Amino acid sequence: MSGIPHDHYEPKTSIEKWLHRRLPVVSIVYDTLMIPTPKNLNWMWIWGIVLTFCLFHQIVTGIVLAMHYTPHVDLAFASVEHIMRNVNSGWALRYLHQNGASLFFLAAYFHIFRSIYYGSYKAPREITWIIGIFIFLAMMGTAFMGYVLPWGQMSFWAATVISGLFGAIPGIGESIQTWLLGGPAVDNATLNRFFSLHYLLPFVIAGLVVVHIWAFHTTGNNNPTGIEVRRTSKEEAQKDTVPFWPYFVIKDFFALAVILVVFFAIVGFMPNYLGHPDNYIEANPLVTPEHIVPEWYFLPFYAILRAFTSDVWVVQLVSFATGGIIDAKFFGVVAMFGSIMVLVLLPWLDTSIIRSGKYRPMFKWWFMLLVIDFIILTWAGSRPAEGIYSIIALAGSAYWFMFFIVVLPILGILESPSRRPFSIEEDFNRHYPAMDIETPQTEPTKE
Amino acid sequence: MRRILLFSGLIGLLFGATNVYAAGPSGQIEDISFSYEGPFGTFEPEQLQRGLVVYQEVCAACHGLKYVPLRTLGDKGGLDLSEAAVKTFARNIEIYDEVLEDFRSALPTDNFPANDSVGAPDLSLITKARSGFHGPAGTGLAQLFKGIGGPEYVYSLLTGYTGKEKEEAGNVLYENTAFSGGYISMAPVLFDDLIEFADGTPSTVEGMAEDVTAFLVWAAEPKMMARKQMGFVSVSLLILLSVLLYLTNKKIWATIKYRTRAED
Repeated sequence: MSGIPHDHYEPKTSIEKWLHRRLPVVSIVYDTLMIPTPKNLNWMWIWGIVLTFCLFHQIVTGIVLAMHYTPHVDLAFASVEHIMRNVNSGWALRYLHQNGASLFFLAAYFHIFRSIYYGSYKAPREITWIIGIFIFLAMMGTAFMGYVLPWGQMSFWAATVISGLFGAIPGIGESIQTWLLGGPAVDNATLNRFFSLHYLLPFVIAGLVVVHIWAFHTTGNNNPTGIEVRRTSKEEAQKDTVPFWPYFVIKDFFALAVILVVFFAIVGFMPNYLGHPDNYIEANPLVTPEHIVPEWYFLPFYAILRAFTSDVWVVQLVSFATGGIIDAKFFGVVAMFGSIMVLVLLPWLDTSIIRSGKYRPMFKWWFMLLVIDFIILTWAGSRPAEGIYSIIALAGSAYWFMFFIVVLPILGILESPSRRPFSIEEDFNRHYPAMDIETPQTEPTKE
Repeated sequence: MRRILLFSGLIGLLFGATNVYAAGPSGQIEDISFSYEGPFGTFEPEQLQRGLVVYQEVCAACHGLKYVPLRTLGDKGGLDLSEAAVKTFARNIEIYDEVLEDFRSALPTDNFPANDSVGAPDLSLITKARSGFHGPAGTGLAQLFKGIGGPEYVYSLLTGYTGKEKEEAGNVLYENTAFSGGYISMAPVLFDDLIEFADGTPSTVEGMAEDVTAFLVWAAEPKMMARKQMGFVSVSLLILLSVLLYLTNKKIWATIKYRTRAED
């Protein structure tokens, strides 16, 4: 794999040879773990392990929670309280699972923005990137349906609002909405299918993760310089890389441990901080909460959804051009999905031949603005959609699209990149000057 | 270093931006310091027991506590009542038995009864279902330091009556400084010297409000002590693990970074 020349697994004992001829599983594990990895990866390359951990953690805690949960409108809320009060350590499982979703998304956002900054989506890693976005979409679906399961007020009303998005599709929308919900409104049928899918999707994600890893093991990792590992000979490749085990496994585990310190502090001392108090009130179809807000990790997209109201000229123009078929509501839905679709198209929207943002003096600033924009959208999504908040949300949404559709294509033409190192080795050695210059790495002095 | 600062700044911002569930116009919420607050705070069994008396003699007339099992009144880290005391307490409560289709006195294995008589909310989770401290400027950052403010909301509601009343569509509403909108249909229920506590604690409105709030916090989060303990143990062990992994990482990378052989 990875096209980088390196030592492969050689079965030595007769048992190994016997197994290897029939099922080369040891070989696959060995080559995956020993993949040559650019030795200059920085701390933004740790999120992959954190995300893998999150998926594993959510599946394990989730399977046990499902043993005690009851997906029925009359019993769901009580069964969650049963887990919190009567199941041994049920409270711990539930809080871990609930906050685990937040860690999962936090890590995913860091991972995605890292990829954008260092151009990890560019050729030849487009497939890795696109599968990553599919994973992100599947995560959103899973998290959304999981949020409905406790059957609190926010669960119910989030389900009502989000399923209403499909109702906004002109013509067939209402039929689709009814089909998705299993009835005219969010009810027992909805809760049941959400539970079923919430259990299924994580395994779809796990499958996609395998393909994701397979894809970037085929191309090799990107790295902060964006320069490819030299592949002409094994000796040259070894100057640019170190094997994944133990160098990066230990490094990533260290980072994971530090992140888990914060995670367990939140679970132990403030487990409800990231949740909404209204979800401790049982769902009541007759009482609408004052503000319906999704979980924090959906807020940026929620802000984009609500930003395009009927008084925005773009909306009016589109509505006029389509004879009113696309109204403000549908426009918002399209914008929300579009904000993720631009990510799928990102490899082709970015025209720059330079991969890493490190050597793109103008891109750096626009990227910084995108990160700030994302945070502002998160904040705007939590505010009521009125007055100054609508204007901020609209400006934020506009920049999001402008960055991908206008700024990126133009930057590639306008920008003159700064000097890049010749190789990963050069970049690495500049960070870590050798202790003894007389002692080159390839031939350590033997005593 | 600059990058780390910038990075933590961004995380801080994101953290602030994530908890801005400032739900509408909320009233004045007083910050009370309860014994259970902070990473090492614990419930005071005596306070919870007084709170139980206030709940049973005052709140239970209109409210229910349907998710709380009576047996948990004997739990360590909570009210810590004796087994006999739990049984006695249960015996004095009437619950409806769906199998008997009749009322009977409760057993420790039953939950507190639900109470829908006047449409008042169930109190099992009330301190987690309410919030306060939405400041500054609606960012909700205050919640990072003061807590989400559910208990303080309950306390402020119980003590926030101004004495003014108004009639609206045949219902009497009472002015309350904590309630959003300013007027609430629940009448003031706490008065000085309302209850004679067995331990001789003078019964003041503020004291009773604090006690019953602490009791309701326990009712909503009975495993809080176990949770904080888990938090403390896991954070400590993970810090230790982090240090060990840091040193391991440093050692294995030294050969690569400085192109020297590790001292073995």
